[in-house]
Amino acid sequence: MSEKPRPNNPSREPLTGAVTRRALVVGGGIAGMQTALDIADAGYEVILVEREPSIGGRMIQLSETFPTLDCSQCIMTPKMVEVSQHPNIHLMTYCEVDEVSGSVGQFDVRIRKKAAYIDREKCTGCGICIEKCPTKVPSEFDLGLGKRKAVYVPFPQAVPPKPVIDAENCRFLKNGKCGVCKKVCEVEAVDFEQTDMFVEEKVGAIVVATGYDLHPKEKVAEYGYGRYPDVTSGLEFERLLSASGPTNGEIRRPSDGKVPREVVFIQCVGSRDQEKGVPYCSRICCMYTAKHAMLYKHRVPDGQAYVFYMDIRAGGKGYEEFVQRGVEEDGTLYLRGRVSRIFQHDGKIVVWGADTLTRKKIEIAADMVVLATAIVPSAGVRELAEKLNIVTDDYGFCSEAHLKRYPVETGTPGIFLAGCSQSPRDIPDTVAHAGCAASGVTALFSCRQTDSEVADSAAQVSAEKGPEE
Amino acid sequence: MEAKLSFDTVHSDFVNKVEELSGQDLASCYQCGKCSAGCPIVEQAETLPNQVLRLVQLGQREEALQSKTIWLCASCYTCFARCPRGVDLSRVMEALRQMVLRSKIDHVKIPELSRKTIEELPPIALISNFRKFTG
Amino acid sequence: MKIHYYPGCTLKVTAPQFESSAVAAARAVGVEMLELTRWNCCGTVYSLASDDLIHQLAPIRNLIRVRNEKGNAVTTLCSMCFNTIKRAGLLVNEDAEKRGKINAFMDEEDDYEGGVEVVHLLEILRDKVGFETIREKVTNPLNELRASPYYGCLLLRPEEIGIDNAESPTVLEDLLECIGAEPVDSPFKTECCGSYQTVDKVDLVIEKTRDIISWAARNHAQCVVVSCPLCFFNLDRRQKDLAEREPGAVLLPVFYFTQLLALALGLEVDVCGFDKHVVDPLPLLSSKGFV
Repeated sequence: MSEKPRPNNPSREPLTGAVTRRALVVGGGIAGMQTALDIADAGYEVILVEREPSIGGRMIQLSETFPTLDCSQCIMTPKMVEVSQHPNIHLMTYCEVDEVSGSVGQFDVRIRKKAAYIDREKCTGCGICIEKCPTKVPSEFDLGLGKRKAVYVPFPQAVPPKPVIDAENCRFLKNGKCGVCKKVCEVEAVDFEQTDMFVEEKVGAIVVATGYDLHPKEKVAEYGYGRYPDVTSGLEFERLLSASGPTNGEIRRPSDGKVPREVVFIQCVGSRDQEKGVPYCSRICCMYTAKHAMLYKHRVPDGQAYVFYMDIRAGGKGYEEFVQRGVEEDGTLYLRGRVSRIFQHDGKIVVWGADTLTRKKIEIAADMVVLATAIVPSAGVRELAEKLNIVTDDYGFCSEAHLKRYPVETGTPGIFLAGCSQSPRDIPDTVAHAGCAASGVTALFSCRQTDSEVADSAAQVSAEKGPEE
Repeated sequence: MEAKLSFDTVHSDFVNKVEELSGQDLASCYQCGKCSAGCPIVEQAETLPNQVLRLVQLGQREEALQSKTIWLCASCYTCFARCPRGVDLSRVMEALRQMVLRSKIDHVKIPELSRKTIEELPPIALISNFRKFTG
Repeated sequence: MKIHYYPGCTLKVTAPQFESSAVAAARAVGVEMLELTRWNCCGTVYSLASDDLIHQLAPIRNLIRVRNEKGNAVTTLCSMCFNTIKRAGLLVNEDAEKRGKINAFMDEEDDYEGGVEVVHLLEILRDKVGFETIREKVTNPLNELRASPYYGCLLLRPEEIGIDNAESPTVLEDLLECIGAEPVDSPFKTECCGSYQTVDKVDLVIEKTRDIISWAARNHAQCVVVSCPLCFFNLDRRQKDLAEREPGAVLLPVFYFTQLLALALGLEVDVCGFDKHVVDPLPLLSSKGFV
């Protein structure tokens, strides 16, 4: 990459005019949460907007994290609670950024509060509506491997622990039938008349922490993903591993529920693939695949895990040792070569790969295949970037002002990046990056003017008609 | 087995010629082996398709041109269809075959084919075979 | 509709049944295939060496013939001819310098300016005629015929000329369904049959034949359906070699898709040429009452 000319970085220069020393963080995953906490701890107000009913992002979907195998929920839920209880953090879940105008120090943001059809102020989180709801649909949180109700909390540790109603599947909202949830709610929190509402806020800085999605499965036709239920993505495998997942942590094939004895893991599915995927490396797959193979073996001691790889990228602290542990202690067999094809036969998934080190074509009749699919930016990021007037790269990731000198700033003053919104990274690096973004925001806010500075802590918040978080 | 490498080996006339004839950027191949994994003739091949390309990357002219694999190749284009780097290995195979054939060494010995064989085979079999295996 | 038709040498020599059934079936669904009055061998297979223009002459000359007869498009049946001519055509469409050299060399012919569309009959049936139209014209549906489509390579790869998705094509399955048959999937339906190795490396082809036929049989197919005379030869004739080596091997009759189409459209059995097969298809067809 060529050096860009030194940008005029207002983060380091005093601002003129009125400054609202409040930050908006878009995205409530680990990046957004960390940034929000760091800014809040520095004494500034933060509005944290998350479009799902709960914060937690991708990390809360994980079972254990590498290289320590810490339970993801165990290390994350305390932070989630901290976010929800921090006096400086105004948590707005099930909300999205609708419009942004203004400039650094003086942004006007319109936030859409999506209709949850539940008065989350009255709701006590007792869960009886969920129990009684007759409608079951595939759960997005479980990536379709499990079910949820039409009125639902996405996962047990959700923050806030208040349900929302999914209008597309709710029988009452679709055809006027049922309405059981309303009948059984003891605090009359169900409100089918709700509509989306809008809130206007003024902020001085915005942090984009929108996280990631996975490469669409339709694009890996030669691997049968989408066609064969026993070919899953890495994230789907996390849900199977998770104790609060659709199989309570037991590894079972989605097709018939049997315990798989031979599992093939394939790295670089869509990554490093300019022809059918993306040319970049998704950075975390070598590590999480090593983790998956180990956790699989812990659950199925008489099973065999195979990993087809091109390289092993294990550059973090304790990472290389972790991968070797999988090989030495858990018997993971690494095969150096890509997989050309996968097809189903007689209840098995036949995998054709290569081991270039022994110059052999390898055929494995696996019970299950797990694909480490490429990391791509979250859906909707390009639209958000347009609203914020920030640049995205060819793949949709938000562009940093300079990869080395200003890794958390964008080209637009006052708008920062945290986590995978900028580029794929693992949790430790995300937390560090998020902290860096927070420091950029607090540096911006601590610049003082000698004159005409306007204290902003009493900045207007337009009267709300909807329930507060 | 040993290979002594130098600038001259790795950028030899041989390597340049293969690149020119095939029109492929050999450096694009990162030896993932996906081509070999899907190749229909690989069971008979003592050198994997990706290894043939590796030999060219290392400037190993004799070994590459003497491999049986280039003559087992059926030009099915499966390798090209699946290569994540867009390398058309079928053209690299063709380049290597051409380098042998153009030095007046035919792979198929037409006089050795029986009359019966020739009469029975579809013309496209003979034509395509002779195209690929004679100079 | 009318379209110029390029037969290629093999259809006239060892695969006449492919041509006779195709022309008759196409006519029955409203496609008149007009054989080019002059044509030459397409020079299969497409030459992959970038300095080789001499081997592009033969296919381009056929495109000139199409233009001579005031045509803009030409159809063919043989996958190898299709692949060779279409690729050569695309090469000269894009590369004016090469086109210039070829034209200069063939100075006794008109110059070829590019642009002749090369379509396979399956594309015409799918895109111009439509499977619904074909279904309506079926008088003799091939009910309960379990047929496994075998695409081979050259109809689908490389992507620039492929008539369908190379990893999961469906055009033959769709056609079989509309003529009443039951398509049977096989993971080997796009794996190479060995192609021209059948001349001097028969063993290799026998291995491929065994794989392709046995996988179709494993999924309970009663026959295999192809679109290429070389695939046909390799799968049909080489089954005889396979049977000599492995007396217990399951053998399946092989059909051209046009033979089954002609049968389903109620055309004269003669156009199908079922007597020209090595693995006799008549027992299967009579047991089903189709002949």
